[in-house]
Amino acid sequence: METRFALLFFLSIALLSTPVFSDLVITKVDRKIDLTSHIVRISSTLKVENAGPDVVSQILLTFPEYQAKKLAYLTASSTEGKGKSKGSSANLPVEVVQPDGVPPALTFYSVSLPRGLGKGESLNLDIFGVLTHSLQPFPEEITQADVQLVLFQDSAHYLSPYEVKAQVLSIKLPSPRVESFTKIQNAKLVDSEIKYGPFENLPAFSYSPIIVHYENNRPFAVATELLREIEISHWGNVQITEHYKLEHGGARTKGGFSRIDYQARPHVRGASSFRRLMVKLPPRAHSVYFRDEIGNVSTSHLWADSRKTELEIEPRYPMFGGWKTFFTVGYGLPLHDYLFESDGKLFLNISFGSPIAEVVVDNLLVVLPEGSKDISVSVPFSVKQWEEVKYSHLDISGRPVVVLEKKNAVPEHNSHFQVYYKFTSFSMLREPLMLISGFFFLFVSCIIYMHADLSISKSSASYLAKLQWYEVQATVQKLHEIMVRCLTVHDKLEASLRDLSRTGDVQACKAMRKAADGLLKELSKDLKPLLVFLQSSPQAAQIYQKVEELVVKEKELQEKLMSKHTMVVEAYEKKSAGRELENRIAALQQKLTALRQEVDDLLDVIDEI
Amino acid sequence: MAALENAKGTALRYACGNVLSFFILILIGVLAFSIRLFSVIKYESVIHEFDPYFNYRVTQFLTKNGIYDFWNWFDDRTWYPLGRVIGGTVYPGLTLTAGSLWWLLNSLNIPLSVETVCVFTAPIFSANAAWATYLLTKEVKGTGAGLTAAVVLAMVPSYISRSVAGSYDNEAVAIFALIFTFYLYIKTLNTGSLFYATLNALAYFYMVCSWGGYTFIINLIPMHVLLCIVTGRYSSRLYIAYAPLVVLGTLLAALVPVVGFNAVMTSEHFASFLVFIILHVVALVYYIKGILSPKMFKVAVTLVVSVGVVVCFAMMAVLVAMVASSPTKGWSGRSLSLLDPTYASKYIPIIASVSEHQPPTWPSYFMDINVLAFLVPAGIISCFLPLSDASSFVVLYIVTSVYFSGVMVRLMLVLAPAACIMSGIALSEAFSVFTRSIKFQMPKLLDDSDPVPGDITSGNSVVQSNQTKVEKHSAADKSEGTLKERPQKKSKKKEKEPLEKASIKSQIEKKLLVLPLESSVLAILLLVLLGAFYVVHCVWAAAEAYSAPSIVLTSHSHDGLHVFDDFREAYAWLSHNTEVNDKVASWWDYGYQTTAMANRTVIVDNNTWNNTHIATVGTAMSSPEKAAWDIFNSLDVKYVLVVFGGLVGYPSDDINKFLWMVRIGGGVFPHIKEPDYLRDGQYRIDSQATPTMLNCLMYKLSYYRFVETDGKGFDRVRRTEIGKKYFKLSHFEEVFTTHHWMVRIYKLKPLKNRIRGKTKKSKSSPKTSGSKKDERVKKNPWH
Repeated sequence: METRFALLFFLSIALLSTPVFSDLVITKVDRKIDLTSHIVRISSTLKVENAGPDVVSQILLTFPEYQAKKLAYLTASSTEGKGKSKGSSANLPVEVVQPDGVPPALTFYSVSLPRGLGKGESLNLDIFGVLTHSLQPFPEEITQADVQLVLFQDSAHYLSPYEVKAQVLSIKLPSPRVESFTKIQNAKLVDSEIKYGPFENLPAFSYSPIIVHYENNRPFAVATELLREIEISHWGNVQITEHYKLEHGGARTKGGFSRIDYQARPHVRGASSFRRLMVKLPPRAHSVYFRDEIGNVSTSHLWADSRKTELEIEPRYPMFGGWKTFFTVGYGLPLHDYLFESDGKLFLNISFGSPIAEVVVDNLLVVLPEGSKDISVSVPFSVKQWEEVKYSHLDISGRPVVVLEKKNAVPEHNSHFQVYYKFTSFSMLREPLMLISGFFFLFVSCIIYMHADLSISKSSASYLAKLQWYEVQATVQKLHEIMVRCLTVHDKLEASLRDLSRTGDVQACKAMRKAADGLLKELSKDLKPLLVFLQSSPQAAQIYQKVEELVVKEKELQEKLMSKHTMVVEAYEKKSAGRELENRIAALQQKLTALRQEVDDLLDVIDEI
Repeated sequence: MAALENAKGTALRYACGNVLSFFILILIGVLAFSIRLFSVIKYESVIHEFDPYFNYRVTQFLTKNGIYDFWNWFDDRTWYPLGRVIGGTVYPGLTLTAGSLWWLLNSLNIPLSVETVCVFTAPIFSANAAWATYLLTKEVKGTGAGLTAAVVLAMVPSYISRSVAGSYDNEAVAIFALIFTFYLYIKTLNTGSLFYATLNALAYFYMVCSWGGYTFIINLIPMHVLLCIVTGRYSSRLYIAYAPLVVLGTLLAALVPVVGFNAVMTSEHFASFLVFIILHVVALVYYIKGILSPKMFKVAVTLVVSVGVVVCFAMMAVLVAMVASSPTKGWSGRSLSLLDPTYASKYIPIIASVSEHQPPTWPSYFMDINVLAFLVPAGIISCFLPLSDASSFVVLYIVTSVYFSGVMVRLMLVLAPAACIMSGIALSEAFSVFTRSIKFQMPKLLDDSDPVPGDITSGNSVVQSNQTKVEKHSAADKSEGTLKERPQKKSKKKEKEPLEKASIKSQIEKKLLVLPLESSVLAILLLVLLGAFYVVHCVWAAAEAYSAPSIVLTSHSHDGLHVFDDFREAYAWLSHNTEVNDKVASWWDYGYQTTAMANRTVIVDNNTWNNTHIATVGTAMSSPEKAAWDIFNSLDVKYVLVVFGGLVGYPSDDINKFLWMVRIGGGVFPHIKEPDYLRDGQYRIDSQATPTMLNCLMYKLSYYRFVETDGKGFDRVRRTEIGKKYFKLSHFEEVFTTHHWMVRIYKLKPLKNRIRGKTKKSKSSPKTSGSKKDERVKKNPWH
C-alpha cells in the first residue's frame, strides 16, 4: 500500500512544474545499483556543467523521502581530471538542506564544492549512497521450502533538481532469477543485470517508477542492537566486547521448521536461511570468545595469520526469516597497535563499526582507564555522544566512558575514529598498590591483635582469675617436670641394680645410690615452694588434691625403691641370695610396680591440665 | 636448665608444627577448590543439571530485586496456573550465600557476573568443608587425624559429585554447614563453653537455611546425648552443648519460612524435644543426688519414679493419639521413605521416580567413597581407644549415615564426611604407629655397636637412647629372670614391647605395640599405595565421571570430539523466538531449565510439590493426540517440548522416563492404566508395542517423521526399529527440532472446524482399549 501511494505521489510530483534551482545541467549520469546483498548500494557518476552565468558552489542531490529515511551513508567526491585517471578524489561535505518551495516528500542534500563552478565549467561528481531495509520481501511470509523474493523500487530516471541530458541505470542482481521488473522503454535483462536507458534530455524532477521483484537468498542479517564495548587497559590490552541482537530481516517464516527437511536438503529446504557469519577481526586478536547468556556457543571456528583473524560463528540455530538471536563476541587486542601518543595526549585509533557485514544500529562504548582526563573524540561522521562512569576491578573513582551512538550504521561506517585523553602512568599502579597496602595492613592488624591484650577491664575478677590460672598452670608444669626427673632417677637406680646383677660391681651401685639420693633431695627441695604456692592459690584447689596425692605417692615410691636398692645391694655384699630375701624383694617389687602405675596415671592427669 | 631448654625446644616445635599445619590446610583448600575445576576446564563455566538452574534463577532474582522482594516472591512463570511462592518454599541458605558473595565482590568493584559467582560457590564451600572436617577431627583425635581427614574429604568423589564448579546446589553449602555444626557441638562438649554453644545454634540455623537434611543433625545430636546419658557420661558440658542448641536452634529454625512451625510440629523434630526433657530430668536427678544423703535419695527416687511413670504414660498416650490422627503420622514422605525404604515405591511414585532417591548399589559405594570403605572399620576401632564423648559421637555418626546411605543414593553425601573422618583417624593412627616403630628401631640399627652413654647427670634422657638402653638390657634381664616381675612378663609375651620409660612420651607409647621394622616399612608403603590409588581414583572421578554439566554432552569419535549442545539450542530458540508469555509444557525434569534458560512459563518443574499437576502432564503425554490437545489447551499451553535420544543414543530421554508419566498420571487419573502400555511387562516401542503406546502423544511427538532419517526408524537407545513408522500429527505442529533431534518442540494447532465429530471418535476409542486392557491385566503376571 505504502509503495503504491508513494508511486502515485511521485508521478504527481513529476508533473508539477517545480522551480529551477540554478542553471546547472547534468550532462551525463551513470547510475549503478547493487542489489546483491540486502544492503543497497547506489553509486552514480554525475557530470555537472554550469550553464548559467553565476558561480555555483553547491550542488543539490535529491532523494525521495522513502529512500532518504533509509539512507545510511552518503558520500560525494569530485574528480577533477578527465577520463579514467582519477587524480584527487576528496570527499566533499554533504548536508541536509530544505530549499523553499519544494514538497516535503523530497529530501535535498547539498554538496559543497571545494571551489565555485564558473560559467561553462564542468565537474565530475561521484555519489555513493547506501540504503538499508529497502528490499521489501514479497510475499511477506514464506515457508521453509520457499525461496525469498524481494521488491526493490526506484526511479528509472535520475531524480534531480537539474535537467539531465543523458543517463543510464544498471541494476545488479545476485542471480538471473527475476520474477518481474517494470518494463519501460530501453529496459532489458542481461544475465543478472537489468539495464535501463539510455534516456536523454529529461527535465528536472522527472521520475519514472520501476519495481524489481527478484530472488535474494543472501543472509538478511540485521543487528537490531549492537553494543560494542572497548576497554583500554594500560597494562597492554584493548578488550573489545560486542553484544549482538541479531535478526533475520527477510521474509518471515510461516508454518513450522522441520529439521528433517532442513538436514536432507539444506539448500532447497531452507534456502532463505543462513547459518554462519564471518567475523573479520583485526590481526593479533587474542582470547576470542563467542557466547550468549546461557553459555558458550560451541559452533565457531577461528583462523588466524599475520594479516587478519577470521572467526566463523554459527548461532545456536539456523536463522530463518523473522527469527532472532542474541550473542556476544569478545576479543583482546594488543594495546600498542591501537594506542598512540601525540602532543602529550594519548589517543586510541580504532574502527567504529561491527566486523560482521550487515545492517546495524550501533551503540558504541569506549571505556578509558581510571584517572583519564581531558577526553575528546573525533569521528568522521555524526554520532550522538555522551560520557558515563563505569566501576570495575577495584576502582574507586571509576573509569570515564565515552558513549557514541549511531543509528543505521553499515559496513561503510567501518572507518577509524580517535579518542584523545590524558593519562599518567602512575594511575596504572594505583590498584596494585592498593592491594599491597590492603594485605599489609591486614597482616599488621593480625600481628597487633595477637600481641595486644584486649580484655576490657584489668581489675575484673575474671581477668585476675585468668592470670592466676596461668600461674597455676605454669607451676603445675614445673611440678610435672620435677616429677618426671624424679622418675628418671628411679629408672637410673633400677638400671644400676641390673648392672649389679651383670657385673657384680657393688661399689658403683652404691655410688649411684648416693648420687641419686642427693639428686632426689635436691628435687624435693625444689618441689616445696611450688607446693606452697599451689596450696595458697584458690584456683588450684581442685588440682591441689591430685598434686598432693602425687607427691605423697612419689615419696612412698622413692622410699620403697631405696629400701629395695639397699636390700639388693646388701644381699650382694653378703652374697646371701636367699629365697626369703627374694620373696621380700618380690613383694616390694609388686608394691613398687603398683605405685609406679598410680604415679604414672596421676602424672597423665596433671599433664592434661 | 636442661628442662628450660627442652621447653623452649618444644615450644619452637609446636610453633613450627602450627605453621606447617596452617600451610597444609591452605594447600588442602587449594586442592579442594582446584580438583572441582575440571568441569570448567573440560567444558565451560556453566551451571549444571537441573536444580542448580533454579537456584541460579533465584539468585539472579535476589541480586536484582533485593532481599525483601525475594522473601515475597511469587513466581508466576512456573506451575502455571498455580504459581509458586518461592520465598516461602525454598531453602534460602545457598541463594543468600551466593547473593551476599556477589554483593561483596561487587561492592569492592570486582565485576563478576552472578553466574560466575554461582559456578564457583560450590568449590569455595568444599574448601570450607575440608577445613571444618579438620576442626572436627582435631577435636576428636588430634591434629594429625584432622589433617588426614581434611585431605581425604577434599577429594572424596561422593562430595565432588555434588560440588564441582557449576553444580550450584544446596548440598554444596549444606555439607560444610553439617560438618561445621558437628564441630561446634563437639567443641562445646569438650570445652563446656557457652560461647561455642551459641555459635553451634547459629551454625545449625545456617544448616536449616541450606538444606532439608538438617533433620539429620537434629536427630543425631539427641541420639548422641541419649547415648551419653545411658552410658553414664552425663556432665554439665553435655547440658551446655545440648540445651542451648535445642532452644536457640528451634527458635532460629522457625524463622526460616520453609520450615516455620514445622520446627515444633513435625515428628522429625520430636526426638530432640524428648531428649531435651530427659536431659533435664537427668540433670535434676544429679542435682538432687548432690544435696541429699544416699538414703533420702533412694526414698525420693521411688517416690518420683512411681509418680513419673504414671504421668509419662498419660503424656505418651496423648502424644500417640495426636500423631496417629495425622495421615502420615506426622512424617513427611521423604523422611518416611528413610525409615521404611519401600515406602516411596509403594505410595509415592514421584519420589521413587527420581534416580537419586533409589537405594545405591554396591559398586556405587566403591565409586563414591572408594578405599574409605575399607578404612572405616579401622577408624571405628581406633575411636574406641579410648572412647571419649567426641569419638562416640563420630562412631554414632558413621553408623547412622551408613544406614541412610543404604536407603537413598543421595544420602551417600552424608556418609562421605563421616567416612572421611573415620579414614582420616585410621590412616593417621596407622601412620603414627608405623613411623614410631621405625623411629625406635632406626637408632638400634644405626648404632648397634656403640655402647650406650650412661647419662646419669642429665635429668632428661632422650627417648631413643632410653629405648636402646632398655633394648640392650633385655639380654641381661633374661639371665636374671628371678628379679623380673609382671611388666617383664608382659614384655616377653610381646617380644619387643619396650619396658617402662621415664619420660612422659614413652608413657603413652608404652601402651602401643612396636612392630617389626620390616613389616612397618612395608605397611607404610602399602598405605601410601592405598592413598595413591585413592588419589588417582578421585582425580579420575572428578575429571571424567562427575564433571559433565549434563546440558552439554560430548562424545569422542574417530574424527575427534563431538559436542551435543541441543538443550541450549532449544532453550535459546524458545527464548528468542516465542512470545514472552507463552506456556511450554514438558515433563517436570526440564521445568527448571526452561524457566531459567528460556524464560518461559512452564506447567510443572523439578520442585514436585503438586502431584496432581504433574499427573495432569503425565496423563496428557500418555493420552492420544486429541485428548492430550484438550488437556494442554485447557492449561493454555502453546508449546510442548519433548526430549528424544533415539537418533544419537541419548539414554535419559522422555521415552525412557515414560513409565513414570504413566504411573504418576495413572495414580491420579484412573483411566490411564499402566498395563495398557506394557507388553510382557515391558514398555516397548517396537512392533510388539501395544496400540495405546503407539498412539500416545509421547510416542508420536518423539518419533514424528523419525523414519525419514534412515528409512527404517531405528531407535539407538532402545536398539530396535520403532513400531509405527508413518503417521501424521493432526493437533500438533513441529516448530523446532534441534541439530541432533534431542529436543523437539511442537506447537498446538489452533482449533479447526468440525472438531466435534473427531472428539466423539477419540472418546469412544479409549473405552474399547480399556475393555481390552482388563483382559490383559489378568493374563499379565507382572501386575
